[in-house]
Amino acid sequence: MECCNKRRMMKESPESNFMNRRGSSCFPDEVLERVIGMLKSRKDRSSVSLVCKEWYNAERWSRRNVFIGNCYSVSPEILTRRFPNIRSVTLKGKPRFSDFNLVPANWGADIHFWLVVFAKKYPFLEELRLKRMTVTDESLKFLARSFPNFKAISLQNCDGFSTDGLAAIAADCKNLTELDIQENVIDDKNDNWLTCFPESFTSLEVLNFSILHNDVNFDALEKLVTRCKSLKTLKLNKSITLEQLQRLLFRAPQLCELGTGSFSQELTTQQYSELESAFSNCKNLNTLSGLWVVTPQYLPVLYPACANLTFLNFSYAPLDSDDIAKLLVHCANIRRLWVVDTIEDKGLEAVGTHCPLLEELRVFPADPFAEGDARGVTDSGFIAVSQGCRNLHYVLYFCRHMTNAAVATVVQNCPDFTHFRLCIMNPGQPDYRTSEPMDEAFGAVVKTCSKLQRLAISGLLTDLTFEYIGKYAKNLETLSVAFAGSSDWGMQCVLEGCPKLRKLEIRDCPFGNAALLSGLEKYESMRSLWMSDCKVTMNGCRLLAKEMPRLNVEVIKEDGSDDSQAERVYVYRSVAGPRRDAPSFVLTL
Amino acid sequence: MEKVGLNLEATELRLGLPGSADEHDEKLSSCSYSSSSSSSVVIRSNKRSSPEESIDDEEELKSNKRTMISHHNDDQDKNVPPSKAQVVVGWPPIRSYRKNNGVQQQQQEQKKKGEEVYVKVSMAGAPYLRKIDLNFYNTYQQLLLALENMFNCTFGEYSEREGYNGSEFAPTYEDKDGDWMLVGDVPWNMFISSCKRLRIVKESEAKGLGCL
Repeated sequence: MECCNKRRMMKESPESNFMNRRGSSCFPDEVLERVIGMLKSRKDRSSVSLVCKEWYNAERWSRRNVFIGNCYSVSPEILTRRFPNIRSVTLKGKPRFSDFNLVPANWGADIHFWLVVFAKKYPFLEELRLKRMTVTDESLKFLARSFPNFKAISLQNCDGFSTDGLAAIAADCKNLTELDIQENVIDDKNDNWLTCFPESFTSLEVLNFSILHNDVNFDALEKLVTRCKSLKTLKLNKSITLEQLQRLLFRAPQLCELGTGSFSQELTTQQYSELESAFSNCKNLNTLSGLWVVTPQYLPVLYPACANLTFLNFSYAPLDSDDIAKLLVHCANIRRLWVVDTIEDKGLEAVGTHCPLLEELRVFPADPFAEGDARGVTDSGFIAVSQGCRNLHYVLYFCRHMTNAAVATVVQNCPDFTHFRLCIMNPGQPDYRTSEPMDEAFGAVVKTCSKLQRLAISGLLTDLTFEYIGKYAKNLETLSVAFAGSSDWGMQCVLEGCPKLRKLEIRDCPFGNAALLSGLEKYESMRSLWMSDCKVTMNGCRLLAKEMPRLNVEVIKEDGSDDSQAERVYVYRSVAGPRRDAPSFVLTL
Repeated sequence: MEKVGLNLEATELRLGLPGSADEHDEKLSSCSYSSSSSSSVVIRSNKRSSPEESIDDEEELKSNKRTMISHHNDDQDKNVPPSKAQVVVGWPPIRSYRKNNGVQQQQQEQKKKGEEVYVKVSMAGAPYLRKIDLNFYNTYQQLLLALENMFNCTFGEYSEREGYNGSEFAPTYEDKDGDWMLVGDVPWNMFISSCKRLRIVKESEAKGLGCL
C-alpha cells in the first residue's frame, strides 16, 4: 500500500496564476524540477505530469524511482526514453496466480533484457526490486559488473538463480546496502557465497537469506556482521543455531529487524541466560521472524525484547495456544502478527486480549490438505480477535469453515478493513451452521467497509456476492475469486460496478465470453485480468483482442487440451505491444 | 457415464507424468461446485508445475478418486458441498515456498536429518537387551505395538489416572534427568527428545511408579 502525500500546494493558486500566461511558466525549469522532485507519491507525479508540457518534462527529469506493476505493460526502451534519471526500479513479472502453480515454468518475465538497457541508460542505477521475475546467475553477474553505484537488491518470489549469483553480488557491489532474498526458488549450492564479501566491505544495512537451506559459513557471517556497523535488518536461515544467534546478537545489538535461525537446540543454563541477555540488549528490535523449528521452552528468552515489537512473524513456527498466549502478554505494541493456525481459537482469544493495537493479522494453515477433524481456527477465533483489536484493517485468514453471522460481526467490530482475504479451504463450502451460501458474509464486508481496497472471497458463493461487490465496493482495487458464482452476470456486476478495479483474478468460475466481453471498455483502466478454468473460449478471446488493440490478450495453452477452450487467459494493457519473448505455449491473440 | 464409475486410467500405474493422459476422461470426472460451474476441478498435468512442486503419483491417484466421489454426490444434490477437501492444483492458495517449508515439512525434515534415535530396550527376565529407533515411529500407538511384538507381551489400556491397566507389563523410560517415567504421559515429540532408554516392567512394578 502506498501512502499518498498529497501536496495540495501544487494544485491550487500558484498553478492558476502561471497557467494563465500562455506558453511559459513563471518558474525556471530547474526550480520547477526541484519542486516537483519533492513529490514522492506515484499518483501525485502522474497527475502532475498531465498538467502541461513543462510540468511533464519537469516531472520526468526529476523522477528517481519507478514502479512497474506489470513488466510487459511497457518496454525498457520506452521507459528509459521517458525517464532519463532513474536510480531505483521496481518490477513485477508473472501474474500472481503463478505462486499457486497456475503458470507454467519458462513463461517469461526475465529481467535480463531490462538490465542490458539499464546498463546503457541508467549506469547510476542504485536499487532493483523484483517480484515474480526470472533472474539468472548470468543476470546477477551482469548487474554486479554494470552498475558501480549499485546499493540495494530485493528479490521476492523470483526464480532462476543460485548462490553463485549471490556470490557475484557480494564480491562486486562495493556499495551494497541491501541484499534481500525472499521466498525465491533458488539453487542453494552451499558454496560459501558469504565469504565473497571483501574484508573492506562495511556498508551492509539489510541482509536476508532466510530461505536458503544449506549451512552458511558462520565465521564469514560473524565477521561481516561485526564490521557492518549500520546493519539494521538481519534474517538468518535454519542452519543458524541458538548459540550462533547469541553471538551475532552480541555483535549487532543495534538491529531493528531480526529473523532467527532454528529456535531449538539443547542449551545449558549458562547459554540460556546469555541468549536472554543478548535479546534484552537489543533495544531497537521492532520486527521478529524466523523461529524455524521452535522449542517452546526457549521462547521466554524473547520476552525482554517483546515490548517494542511491532511486527511478529511466527508463520513458520507452529506454536500452540498456551505458548502464544504467554508470549503475547509481553507484546502490547504489536501492529502486525503472522501466525500458524496451530494456535487455534484459544490463541486468537489471547491475541484479542493482549494486542489491542493490532492492525494486521495473517493466520496460515499448518496442514492445508488435512482431512476429517483437522484442527485450526474457526469463526469464534475470528470474532474474538475483532472484539479485542478494533484497529484491525488487514486480515488474511485460512479456515475450514465459516459462518455469515461471524463475518458480519467481525466487520461490525472492525469497519475499517482495507484488505479482507478470507480463505475457506474447502472449495464451495457453505455456512456451516445454516448451510446457506456465504453471500451475506461478503455482502456485510463490502457494505460496512467503505475503505476496502483488496478482497479475496471463498466458500459457496452465488451471483449475489458479486452483485453486492459491484454495488458497494467502490474503492475496491484487487479482487480474487475462486470456485464462485453462478453465471456471467456475477462477473458483469463487478466489471460494471467497481470504478477503481485494477486487478481481477479468477479461477474455476462459470464465467464465459459474455462476462469477458462485458469488460471491453474496462480493461484499459486496469492493470490486468486473469481467468483460468472458466468458460471462456478462444473465439471470445479473439473478439476481445480484435476490439481492443491496446490490450494484450494471451492464452496459455496446454498440450492435448480442447482447441476451442481458453483455459488460462491473461489480459493486460500495454504500450509495448505484444510480447516479443512469448514461449510457444503462450498465444497472443 | 460408466467411465466415471471405473475410470481405470486414474488408478493405472504408469511411467509417464500423472495427468498427461486423455483430457476428455478428466473432464468426465470433474466436479461442480454450483449448478453451472465449469468442469475444471481436476488434477492437471505436471507440465504446469516446476520440478520441485510436482504432485506425486500417490496424491494424484487419491485425488482423482476424490473428484469422482464428489462428482457423484453433486449429481444427486447440487447444493451439498464436497465432503472432503479436494486436492486441486494451487488450492488452497498457499505459496510454494510456504508449502515446502511449512510446519509439516519441518517436522519431517527434522526426523530425516540423520536423527536415528536408537535406544536400548530392556525387559525384566530377558537374557539380552534390544535396540529400537524411536524416530521410526510417529505415535505412541506405533511404538507400543512394536514393543509388544518384539517382546511378545501386552501393555493394556493407557489412562492418565492409572497408567497401563489390564495386563502384565508396562513401558517405562529413563529421561534426561535420570528419572524413570511411564511412557505416554507427555507429548510424543517431547518424549522422543528426552527418552534415553526404555524398560519394560512388570505391571506390579509400574504401579509403584504411578503412586509416587
